[in-house]
Amino acid sequence: MIVEASGLRKAYGSTAVLDGIDLEVAEGSVFALLGPNGAGKTTTIRILSTLTKPDAGNLRVAGFDVVREAAKVRGVISLTGQYAAVDGEQTGRENLVMVGRLMHLGRAKARDRAGELLERFDLVDAADRRVKTYSGGMRRRLDLAMSLVAAPEVIFLDEPTTGLDPASRNTMWDAIRDLVRTGTTIFLTTQYLEEADRLADRIMVLDKGKVVAHGTADALKAKVGGDRLDLRFTSAAALGVAATRLGGFTDRERLVLSVPSDGTATHLHSVLDDLRTANAVPAQVSSHRPTLDDVFLALTSREGVPA
Amino acid sequence: MSHAIADSMTMIGRSIRLGRRNAETLIMSIVLPLMMMALFVYVFGGAIDTGTAYINYVVPGIILLCTGFGAASTAMAVADDMNSGMIDRLRSMPIRSFAVLTGHVTASIARNTMSTTIVVGAAFAMGFRPSASLVEWLAAAGLLLLYVLALSWLAAGLGAMAKSVEAASSMSFFMLFLPYLSSAFVPTDTMPSFLQGISEHQPITPVIETVRGLLTGTPIGDKGGIALAWSVGLLVASFAIATALYRRRITD
Ligand SMILES: Nc1ncnc2c1ncn2[C@@H]1O[C@H](COP(=O)(O)OP(=O)(O)OP(=O)(O)O)[C@@H](O)[C@H]1O
Ligand SMILES: [Mg+2]
Repeated sequence: MIVEASGLRKAYGSTAVLDGIDLEVAEGSVFALLGPNGAGKTTTIRILSTLTKPDAGNLRVAGFDVVREAAKVRGVISLTGQYAAVDGEQTGRENLVMVGRLMHLGRAKARDRAGELLERFDLVDAADRRVKTYSGGMRRRLDLAMSLVAAPEVIFLDEPTTGLDPASRNTMWDAIRDLVRTGTTIFLTTQYLEEADRLADRIMVLDKGKVVAHGTADALKAKVGGDRLDLRFTSAAALGVAATRLGGFTDRERLVLSVPSDGTATHLHSVLDDLRTANAVPAQVSSHRPTLDDVFLALTSREGVPA
Repeated sequence: MSHAIADSMTMIGRSIRLGRRNAETLIMSIVLPLMMMALFVYVFGGAIDTGTAYINYVVPGIILLCTGFGAASTAMAVADDMNSGMIDRLRSMPIRSFAVLTGHVTASIARNTMSTTIVVGAAFAMGFRPSASLVEWLAAAGLLLLYVLALSWLAAGLGAMAKSVEAASSMSFFMLFLPYLSSAFVPTDTMPSFLQGISEHQPITPVIETVRGLLTGTPIGDKGGIALAWSVGLLVASFAIATALYRRRITD
């Protein structure tokens, strides 16, 4: 396990922000920490990346103790924080070269590396423009590129796509998948369920500083139940007939009957055969897998308005 | 050790670049000094009797006034880094992140050197006629350098403490104000006695008196020693304060 935490606790004043977190991340995998605002995602990332001291817990990154061997941990990680850490008054290239110099690459190598990363993150045209003229997506890409100058083993990404439009988000996802292909371990946080689903091997759902669920995306979905078939009818009569035969949940307004399913073609066939015999053939059939949204709501449901 | 120096060099280069490109900083370090100079010489100067050409009297004061502007810029630049993601990026890297302060302080010295050169150049054009020998010029430059270094570290400390750029800017207010409560623009014996008290017991008055004496031959008396003591003391204290405030800021 390249990242390990057990019994991680952190309180600010009398409020426990992290209340006993245990987690493990396998080398080369993508781990997503999912949670609403204030769940403790940023705090977890800051502690694991040596910026904030934990109150308690045994924490290791690449075998190094995060508290006692912070300098060694810093040598193998990189952090892309929740807010872009780029200099607006420097150009993209200057920002990258600066990081390269701080990583002691030497002048020529720092320039080469900057050039490589600009190309990889599709910033060549904007390379010599000041970053303050960049769009949000470009800034975020440069921010990630700056974290990759030294080819770290573990990358911490705090909400890498928050505030990005769908196209920029896709570019970011591709960049993250590329990193995984080179064997880099990714520890990311997100509020987007779809993002965790698409990118992560393992997901941990955090709420108010506590782990409410963890596992693969599929395992989490299984927790809230299996697939569902939505059958839409053209008449209330047909809907009624179908509901008597199949049970399930009726939406009278949209004339839709939802029935549980195991997701197989056999089940679909038997449902349709049954309805044909009863002379209540649906006009449309759609199959739904539970989304992480369902998981999220089921697991982190709270009184009042969701955060 | 050599890495620490290399890291500081990188951060110095960065701070100089940022300062050069920041319009506000440029105005504070070039335009403002020139305007203050013209204002004092052409507008107020005629009404103030200093026993000599006013321009000869006021140049050291303008230089010190500019160090205040420079310090305010420095405090703001440091606060910007401490309150953006930049400090987190630097701290998560295997470097001594304190280099970010060293970078800003050194850039501050460079900016002040530039402002001072501009002020002195403009002063010559406006009729400034110093009587200093080379040694006196060097001594004046050395004392100013020491004072600016001290003030820059103080500014860096304020910036490290400030929770926003605006907060850093208002905290630097006293550095802009102090020169007016000194012998920078009017001889202190024209001031009410409580102001004379303030004026005598703050670092700017002895520094100005010494620089003025070195450049234009007015009597220095014991002011030279006092100015040196203030500057060295301030430097030691400022550096310690900046280090402590930075440490405190990055532990949570
Ligand atoms: N330095 C601090 N001092 C006091 N409270 C803090 C501090 N940092 C975080 N908190 C509190 O800890 C809780 C968790 O914050 P954290 O930033 O880790 O949440 P998050 O999951 O990253 O939220 P978001 O999605 O909004 O980024 C919040 O209630 C926050 O107010
Ligand atoms: Mg956060």
